[in-house]
Amino acid sequence: MALFNLTINGKSQQVDVDPNTPMLWVLRDHLDLVGTKFGCGIAQCGACTIHLDGNAVRSCQLPVSAAEGAKITTIEGLSEEGDHPVQKAWLEHDVPQCGYCQAGQIMSAAALLAQNPNPSDTDIDNAMNGNICRCGTYTRIKAAIHTASKNL
Amino acid sequence: MKNFIPFLKNKNPEDQSKIFVPSRRDFLKISSLATGGFLLGVNFQCAGPKGEPITFAPNVYISLSSDNEVILVAHRSEMGTGIRTSLPMIMADELGADWKKVKIIQAEGDEDKYGNQNTDGSFSVRMFYEPMRKAGATARQMLINAAANKWGVDPSECTTENSQVLLNGSSKKVDFGGLVEALQTMELPDPATIKLKELSEYKFIGTDVPIYDAKAIVSGQATFGADVDLPNMQIAVIARSPVVGAKILSYDDAAALAIPGVSQVIKIEGAGIPPGLDKPLEGLAVLASNTWAAKKGREALVIEWDLGPNQSYSSAAQLQEMAKSTLKNGKVSRERGNFNSAKSSATKVLDRTYLAPYYAHATMEPPAVIADYRGDGSVEIWAPTQHPQWARGAVAGALGLELPKVKVNVTLLGGGFGRKSKPDFVVEAALLSKAAKAPVRVQWTREDDIHHDFYHSHSAQRIVATLDSSKKLTGWNHHTVFPAIGATGNAAELHPSSGELELGCRDFPYDVPNIRIETHESAAHTRIGWLRSVSNIHHAFAIHTMMDEIAEARGLDPVENALDLFGEDKNLTFEGELEGDFGNYGEKLEDFPWNTGRMKKVIQDVAAKSNWKAHKDAGKAVGFAAHKSFLTYVACVVIVEKDANGQLSIPEVHYSVDCGVGVNTDRIKSQFEGGAQFATSLAMTSAITFENGQVVQNNFDSYQIIRMPQSPKKIHVHILPSTEKPTGVGEPPVPPYIPALANAVYKLTGKRIYELPFKV
Repeated sequence: MALFNLTINGKSQQVDVDPNTPMLWVLRDHLDLVGTKFGCGIAQCGACTIHLDGNAVRSCQLPVSAAEGAKITTIEGLSEEGDHPVQKAWLEHDVPQCGYCQAGQIMSAAALLAQNPNPSDTDIDNAMNGNICRCGTYTRIKAAIHTASKNL
Repeated sequence: MKNFIPFLKNKNPEDQSKIFVPSRRDFLKISSLATGGFLLGVNFQCAGPKGEPITFAPNVYISLSSDNEVILVAHRSEMGTGIRTSLPMIMADELGADWKKVKIIQAEGDEDKYGNQNTDGSFSVRMFYEPMRKAGATARQMLINAAANKWGVDPSECTTENSQVLLNGSSKKVDFGGLVEALQTMELPDPATIKLKELSEYKFIGTDVPIYDAKAIVSGQATFGADVDLPNMQIAVIARSPVVGAKILSYDDAAALAIPGVSQVIKIEGAGIPPGLDKPLEGLAVLASNTWAAKKGREALVIEWDLGPNQSYSSAAQLQEMAKSTLKNGKVSRERGNFNSAKSSATKVLDRTYLAPYYAHATMEPPAVIADYRGDGSVEIWAPTQHPQWARGAVAGALGLELPKVKVNVTLLGGGFGRKSKPDFVVEAALLSKAAKAPVRVQWTREDDIHHDFYHSHSAQRIVATLDSSKKLTGWNHHTVFPAIGATGNAAELHPSSGELELGCRDFPYDVPNIRIETHESAAHTRIGWLRSVSNIHHAFAIHTMMDEIAEARGLDPVENALDLFGEDKNLTFEGELEGDFGNYGEKLEDFPWNTGRMKKVIQDVAAKSNWKAHKDAGKAVGFAAHKSFLTYVACVVIVEKDANGQLSIPEVHYSVDCGVGVNTDRIKSQFEGGAQFATSLAMTSAITFENGQVVQNNFDSYQIIRMPQSPKKIHVHILPSTEKPTGVGEPPVPPYIPALANAVYKLTGKRIYELPFKV
């Protein structure tokens, strides 16, 4: 066990955990930030996607020891009122079905748009390839990313 | 056990006739709620087949608060279909509620109070459309009566709109909330006087209504199974029997207990063989203060297993045996005419074998559940369950408790697809909480989910089709072999049940003079369950790829072939041809007929909307299939091409659907969009295999789900306008898609598809 100082959603947090603990479980079990979801544990599905210094990363494969000093953003901190352009576009297209993967999808999409405000279909395919949706909302996700891109 | 399996419902005659009528007795319970509101409890009776009313005690609650909030209870589980929105929306529409002022709360699992909550079999809307309307209409009538009293006018002069009662032809209006006090002393209306709105009067039904939880979901605030937290809760990760039927001989947990955070190791007794649909597998649970420690603890366990009789099981070997068995005569399930004489006089015989693998559900949310067993002998559960009543009963049984001692709260489900009907994981948590004397969350890992599912059965089928000299289809002989769902509870069940056969096999609808449907024996070596559209998946694949070959042999366009083979518009009865009765998904044929005219209409519609005949552009190929399941008529056209890298791409899909009255049209569309994606995985990427009795695949790296780049790009859903009774749409998108895709791929490559999953 060791102490780690983390900056999450603009707030300083301290946790005392095993240094190998993935950020996913630090968020969920120790900081009560349960919007980030567990899907596979091996960075294959993207349900646990968060931002590390603005980049989309799979928190299930990010040990807490590697997250110190970085700016971490989770779905809870993406916007104040759930009104990030990506979140608004998600509502406009009524994207979610079961909703479980959507936090990860939104975090991947927001990171893509931050780096590429006007992505092509292929750019979107590439950026979203790591996020599985078992309900199959892919067509609406893509449409919503295009909508969000116009409203950035 | 069987009454929990919607697809075997036809074996329970008392379950067959679901005619819900509001009962005057117990019709209304008026009480002051904690919300300070007015509670309107509506009981529905289920009239049994002998006309003997059985009180089903399902209740849908409408509660109106004096601050003008309309609180509606959703009693079916939300796993992505939108049902938590769509059923309350029906009530709200009848009521004349302002949708923005509606609050939805989720019912706990309580059969006496709410009736059937088994969210499965695509029957939520089919079963509850009428009761929801009656519930809403009754509340509306009471509000109108209250307002009419207040104004001294006749109730017929009043209407409701936007959570207000209006006096026609005047500016007089009153908020629902303003009538709550008056309602406390209101007479109950006679159910016979309750008038439902006409279809044309609805504001929400037949439109696109966004899901109630959308905002919570996109902001990370929605509560799924694993999101519930209790003080002093322990997290359990379980090492389960690697082979179904395996038993723990001995174990060493010293290393696990040495891991910081790990508190205890608890053994769970498994059911053995048969494994059962509602029992945990044998396992060793590691409890810890956090998930990571529990996971590490499990890795540190040393367990010696007696692997039992399934340890040499190979799914590949069984599949070959199953295919071979179709060459012999089987058990006849349906017989029309004389297939053998059709075959002996045939000028052309098509004889094909079709193989399909086991599939895992792989819901994005692996099973996760919280149980809190308390000192007073009660237990409270929070579970992403499709079937809270079954979970409640299974927990009560496993812990030896009376039903009222078990409370099951239903969270949102991160996907269900049939997996979360089974309460095995809920029972695990309850047993552990009791043993640990602490609240426990059982967290399944993805590997657990892939290794220990209730799988969609693998299958071998052989279809022999005969044509005469005039290219008429004269004979159809379909052999189907797959380990049955029933075998999970009773190992002696070696043939699929009639219920499973009526998922797209012995309900073969085409007008062919000689038909024989046969089954052959196959034993279950794992836990078999049901997956979105169940045996329709493999049956539709075989039947409709064969229909494409038949069309080719007849020199007909596949759409013309299908229309021709349906013949005149008529209602099918299958009378005198079946071993046993026709189940019709648990509904009477007079209530939900099998009408070939409706099927032909969706076929014609999809051909027109997809521009079927015009798809002759170079590089593109188009495939078609039509399949009715869960009483919903669906026709599907899939367009494929090879992209610049020579990879198969699916630029466009068209569905035409007749599901009766379309309740929430956006959620119908989304189910079809998702169904196409789901079925693409089944067709092309996913398969579970067993070696040495163990599942070979581990996670999403080896059990693959399609990702955005491979997914269909545009999915057009054409909903046929209808005034018929509504039917479900959760499962019907899946079956026709796979053969339509396979037929398109054949057009593109010249290679027929006989085995799933296929590569191009």
